[in-house]
Amino acid sequence: MGRLKTIGRRAFLVGSAAVVGGVAFGFYLYKKPVENPLLADLGSDEAALTPYVKIDAEGVTLITPRADKGQGAYSVQAAMIAEELDAELDQIRVDPGVPSPAYWNRALADEAVPFAATDHGAMATAARGTVGAVMKIMGMQVTGGSSTVADGFEKLRIAGAVARETLKAAAAQKTGVAVARLRTQGGAVILPDGTEIPYQELAAEASRIEPVTEVALRQPEQWRLIGKPMLRVDTVAKSTGTLHYGIDAKLNGMVHAAVVLNPRQGGVLNSYDASAAKDMRGVKKIVPVTGGVGVIADNTWRAFQAAAAVECEWGPAVFAPEMADHWAELEQAFDTDPDSRGRDEGDVENTLGETPLTAEYRAPYLAHAPLEPINAVVLIKDGRVDVWTGTQVPRFTQNNVAAIAGVEPEQVHIHAQMMGGSFGHRLEDEVARRCAELAMEMKGVPVKLTFSREQDFGHDYLRPAAIARMRGAVAGGTVKTFDLDVSAPSVLTSQMAERQGMPMPGPDSSISQALWDQPYGIENYRVTAHRAQNMAPVSSWRSVGASQNAFFHEGFLSELITAAGGDQLEQRIALCTDDVSRRVLQTVGEMSDWGRDLGPDRGRGVAFCMSFGTPVAEVVEVTNSPDGIRIDNVFVATDVGRVIDPVNFENLVQGGVVFGLGHAMNCEITISDGGIEQTNFHEYEGMRMYQCPRITVKALERNSHIRGIGEPPVPPAAPALASAIFDATGVRLREMPFNKFVDFV
Amino acid sequence: MKLTVNGADYALDVEPEMPLLWVLRDELGITGPKYGCGIAQCGACTVHIDGMAVRSCSVEVGAVDGEVTTIEGLGTPESLHAVQAAWIEHQVAQCGYCQSGQIMAAASFLEMNSEPTDEDIDAAMSANLCRCGTYPRIRAAVKTAAAKLNGA
Repeated sequence: MGRLKTIGRRAFLVGSAAVVGGVAFGFYLYKKPVENPLLADLGSDEAALTPYVKIDAEGVTLITPRADKGQGAYSVQAAMIAEELDAELDQIRVDPGVPSPAYWNRALADEAVPFAATDHGAMATAARGTVGAVMKIMGMQVTGGSSTVADGFEKLRIAGAVARETLKAAAAQKTGVAVARLRTQGGAVILPDGTEIPYQELAAEASRIEPVTEVALRQPEQWRLIGKPMLRVDTVAKSTGTLHYGIDAKLNGMVHAAVVLNPRQGGVLNSYDASAAKDMRGVKKIVPVTGGVGVIADNTWRAFQAAAAVECEWGPAVFAPEMADHWAELEQAFDTDPDSRGRDEGDVENTLGETPLTAEYRAPYLAHAPLEPINAVVLIKDGRVDVWTGTQVPRFTQNNVAAIAGVEPEQVHIHAQMMGGSFGHRLEDEVARRCAELAMEMKGVPVKLTFSREQDFGHDYLRPAAIARMRGAVAGGTVKTFDLDVSAPSVLTSQMAERQGMPMPGPDSSISQALWDQPYGIENYRVTAHRAQNMAPVSSWRSVGASQNAFFHEGFLSELITAAGGDQLEQRIALCTDDVSRRVLQTVGEMSDWGRDLGPDRGRGVAFCMSFGTPVAEVVEVTNSPDGIRIDNVFVATDVGRVIDPVNFENLVQGGVVFGLGHAMNCEITISDGGIEQTNFHEYEGMRMYQCPRITVKALERNSHIRGIGEPPVPPAAPALASAIFDATGVRLREMPFNKFVDFV
Repeated sequence: MKLTVNGADYALDVEPEMPLLWVLRDELGITGPKYGCGIAQCGACTVHIDGMAVRSCSVEVGAVDGEVTTIEGLGTPESLHAVQAAWIEHQVAQCGYCQSGQIMAAASFLEMNSEPTDEDIDAAMSANLCRCGTYPRIRAAVKTAAAKLNGA
């Protein structure tokens, strides 16, 4: 709860700010010194203003600055504000609220950077290596790290309460009725005689008075919205084809573009011949872009066709060209000095004994592959740049596009678009950069760049491939010694330093995320991380380091428990050192009726992972059928402190399980000739509906910390499945994807 | 070239080999059908031709010989099709990008099979990919829609 309290202490409200025809409410956060000078160029100066409520003649707009990639972020943020504002979700509009002069006071906009001031403290902390660096940075600086609810739970409700009380004060001034006699409901202030004054009729009055800054938040038993099933604000639009994603953007005079980039990812374009392509129907222009060629046409398909007709001479591979080289790089890194040793308890070396249990586990590269291919629209006109794109990093994009367009960042206006998935893909902004390059060639004309699915696959930044090597020992029916070394490339270096120009000192704790920090008390317990070099560019992939590390950690823990002759669930409960996590494990046992007879050819497995502060335990039940492994049931228990919307919560947990299982079953990205081999979903299948198990979810609310749920259901899925398959077949799976070793129905 | 989409007639001047998807999206501005893979692997582009679900990314517009219905023509927020109503009731969508195609696939399927078993539903809907993993809710929504369409 530390961070929320910090925000509470540091924040005071500037409250109302006059906007065109209305009023906006928000926080003003005190400047906090930046401890690490390397972070200074992150916009550390001064204060951050984050208005959350805007009221004008049109009505109430709730500003939901965390990006929505499909996880319901807009809805959940709106609900937290609306709870205290006394507005209903069907009465309000949501706006992602990037710095936009359309409704921001200029003076305020100057201070408006999309970083909460408290982020810097966290960034500094992360850079010191004391907490999961990438997680924290992603969590606070941008949308990611399952942080939306944790970050907003207090401040969004305060923003709603401040707006409500100030509107009441405005109503009191307008009507002469004392504030104490006013109440609010349904987006209106209600007078004692029942007369309703809609908030928008009070906007002008509210903008002229001092905001009410002393507000008390309601107690949970008073909540109208939080914790109750709600209709997400985007559900109707998404069920009727009327929601507009970035790829659907339409602007007057817009042209459509495609790119063909060096299949040796990151390699250069040596030369190209567009003679066949340039005369194809609809083609307007063919120009080089960074790493390839762009085609601007009057239709996306025509641009795709012409791009395919451009003949290119490509530069050589910029990293190890073949997959075998990448595995070799990972193996070699074990012999280098550790990047970190996050845990070192007891005496590992002297307790392993003569014949320790040993194992090596592997995880492949993975692609994000959200179903909406990456896209952007850029319009460069008269020194102003407008960018329409789905992004989790609007500030980075603003700076990167500004550099390409040769303007100051404040001349770049980001219009955040709804995203058809991300899974971390939209933490990157290559598509906006390439589109800006094309727009420079078409000034005054909006250019929409859509990556073909093949270009999207071929130029994704990947979930790291990784290897873990373990040694362990058991005695007296329990796990005595657990020693794990992991080798992986650094997401921090690749994503932040190489692509965003922000070198991060110190160890990369994403390499050992969900390894060193698990709530197990093992007598002799050591986790060592090694940083591999010369690998493919890597990125944050839903649950980041935990996505492969939970498989390593829980997989080997299962092997040790088996060797000790123990029960997989009972032993985990016995080893668990955290009350909240222990209850999660006990709950999943009760839900799944752990230990009941499953019948012939069946098996069960359990796995646990705490990631992003959220403990999740999953039990998977499988049948070893003549057609292959069928996943029958998954039971999930977790504890995020507070569930905002139980419907969306269940959906996200089920989806996270499907995501974790599907990739573990059959997905990998491999490298050949310096490029990604997989091109489309026939080579990267994931889970289909006929393979989808029944998934039962239970959320406990005993955690004193408010946590997120976007990522944490993913990590336990793979190890729980592996454990279930071992139980059913005796086949121990130590490498993903599992379909290399067993068949699935 | 003439094309009828959602009851409206259009005269087109496009290459007959242009996929129907891109005619809809870029020539007619009908963006409910989505581009996901371009090779009939994901189903996000699913539309109906004379009521039959097809992958519009892989149907040449010159080969279209019937009336095209997209998600926009199936029902609207004000006048929902039973399948859309079921999708809302179960709050199926996460990112929602695949759901236009899922709904169009389900609507066509339920026209042909009004009392589907769970296995029928799984088989019919498995050609549509959902990267967010909303399959449990799709399954439930298809059942609800089937019951509604049967007057239950």
